[in-house]
Amino acid sequence: MPILTHLEAIRQGIGEEMERDSSVFLLGEDIGVYGGAFKVTEGMLEKFGAERVIDTPISESAIVGAAVGAALVGMRPVVEMQFMDFIACAFDQIVNMAAKIHYRWGAKVPMVIRGPSGAGVHGGPYHSQSNEMWFVHTPGLKVVVPSTAYDAKGLIKAAIRDDNPVIFYEHKYLYRRVKDEVPLEDYVVPIGQAILRREGTDIAVITYGAMVWTALEAAAQLEKEGISLEVLDLRSLLPYDEEAILASVRKCSKVILLHEDTRIGGMAGELAAVIAEKAFDDLDGPIVRVTAPDTPVPFSPPLEDHFLPNARKLAEAARKLASY
Amino acid sequence: MAAKVIMPQMGESVAEGTIVRWIKKVGERVERDEPLLEISTDKVDAEIPSPAGGTLSRILVKENETVEVNTVLAEIDGEAPDEGAGASVAGPAQPVVSKPAVPEAPPTAEAARRIRSSPLVRRLAKEHQIDLTRVQGTGEAGRISKNDIEAYLASAKAERPAPEGTAPSLPVPPSSAGAPAAFTGPTQRVPMTPMRRQIAERMVTSKRISAHVSTFFEVEMTRVAETLVQAGAEFERRNGIKLTYTPFFVRAAVQALKQFPIVNSSLDGENIIYKRDINIGVAVALETGLIVPVIKRADEKNFLGIARALRDLADRARSKRLSVDDVQEGTFTITNPGIFGSLLGTPIIHQPQVAIMGVGAVEKRPVVRNDAIAIRPMVYLSLSFDHRVLDGALADQFMAHIKVALENWDESVL
Repeated sequence: MPILTHLEAIRQGIGEEMERDSSVFLLGEDIGVYGGAFKVTEGMLEKFGAERVIDTPISESAIVGAAVGAALVGMRPVVEMQFMDFIACAFDQIVNMAAKIHYRWGAKVPMVIRGPSGAGVHGGPYHSQSNEMWFVHTPGLKVVVPSTAYDAKGLIKAAIRDDNPVIFYEHKYLYRRVKDEVPLEDYVVPIGQAILRREGTDIAVITYGAMVWTALEAAAQLEKEGISLEVLDLRSLLPYDEEAILASVRKCSKVILLHEDTRIGGMAGELAAVIAEKAFDDLDGPIVRVTAPDTPVPFSPPLEDHFLPNARKLAEAARKLASY
Repeated sequence: MAAKVIMPQMGESVAEGTIVRWIKKVGERVERDEPLLEISTDKVDAEIPSPAGGTLSRILVKENETVEVNTVLAEIDGEAPDEGAGASVAGPAQPVVSKPAVPEAPPTAEAARRIRSSPLVRRLAKEHQIDLTRVQGTGEAGRISKNDIEAYLASAKAERPAPEGTAPSLPVPPSSAGAPAAFTGPTQRVPMTPMRRQIAERMVTSKRISAHVSTFFEVEMTRVAETLVQAGAEFERRNGIKLTYTPFFVRAAVQALKQFPIVNSSLDGENIIYKRDINIGVAVALETGLIVPVIKRADEKNFLGIARALRDLADRARSKRLSVDDVQEGTFTITNPGIFGSLLGTPIIHQPQVAIMGVGAVEKRPVVRNDAIAIRPMVYLSLSFDHRVLDGALADQFMAHIKVALENWDESVL
């Protein structure tokens, strides 16, 4: 099996879907001639032509609006946000149009909005956000955050085939740092299914995106200290895999919710609520959150390091919870 | 600062206590309220929880030594200030800090009962009918964790406690019956436990003080046995307590004591002290020796109340959870040698009481009824009484009252 980076896996997934289905097309800023700010769509223009790989003006609202219209008439647009931070400009098109059209008029809106999110590359407050919760709180959307190359390809293919609008978060830190074996045969990773990245017995760490790797790093470290972490990768935030979450909680009886997003209103809060509601009698300790603090992402590298959750912070929280 | 662990006052009249065992060793970490040592006083044996969290830095009184109340027993090197000085830390004259949510707790057996656990632990305890006060917590501040309860379940499986069906006052005799561990010569010198010493001293003292006389009655138990058969299952279903003979004897004794207040008295110099309350001590045999918990105001309890009190006291006696109060203020004692098969005994009076009743084994015997030999469940009751206070005539009338009550039992136990 070929070994691909996270970024290459996404590119391969999109390319396969474009070959498989002629209604799939791409639009975004600098995605054609330049190949995209991160080169996800490099080579696409040459391969599929300017009709299917469209360089757009710098207007996220116009791009998403065009995609919604195309989806309504039977196309399957894949929109690139140059940075997921810029998605705010298209907010109305996403939450009031794409998300509500099926509910209101019964029409399908099969579209994907994808792009790089997350911090760790000294991008500052406008190029580093993890703003997935804006959309997790919007019924009518699906929100996906892969952590491995295999999942990135399988999920982008599933997102393109999905008849609902899907917001697809690619962590820019993982683009070229994470590699794994990615099959050439056609496969999808179903949206809404979590996966156990590591089995453990003492504490379930529930996380997603780049933090999956952080959790695995901490787990390897804590194993030497006799603390066994289980790592559950959500992969999809909306819908999320409640069954898998509760199974891990019931098994370990203690749980840490980890994400790079800031604390208040983060995914951890939602998960804490569902765990408290449905697995209260299985808890042997408080539900613990490890998240970024409630500030914008700092530009200064030392401040950004301080801002981001890491293996050390997670291990600290895990030790404390283990001895609780 | 080093927190000091002191010998607690385990009751008003208790002046000294003996260290039975240090649960923690020097250098070991101990959480606040975690059991630190076991002590024995002439009233009760008890586990003493640590007054503070930290490291046990010095043990000042060794095992088997007896010291006065308030003697410093050990020192604990304190930890972070928020765990600070506990309620019973005898520190140098400085304010004692206690968390607002934590009531001031003297280091008695009862004080260790504040249990911290989690929803999961409470659910598991309920499912397995575990008394959480018996589970050793190893979590933060002695919190009982899932691991602790799993360890407890595993060990409970290994040494199954007495089955539910055991009668409240019918303890299983110790298997080794107090034999020394090993002989290194023709004889082996083994120091008495504090409890054994206490019993020895008490028995000799009682024999010296009181003019012991014993009288014996044979009682037919047909009516009681019928009641047991007829109502036993329903009684157990309703109350969760197995119906045994013991509450019948207690109940009959209480009624007789009401009729003969002199038996419910004690002697103080040239004065007889009559007691308003009838508090029945019931002897419970433990592996370590005999203990006599008391059913307080038994005259105010109905049959079920007595049965329940018996069960509770016997359970707590066996789990070493009796408080000082549980073994004080008895006014009359019942002992039950019959459980080990004895036909009748001549028990020694529990000072300062004036009488003690012994109950033999209930068994079927051939007896003469209407000039024919009949088979009846029978029991010998004995009464040892203090002839200084009671004469035989009165003692026998007292026993006759009990005999009549048992033979004509007509009280519904349900």
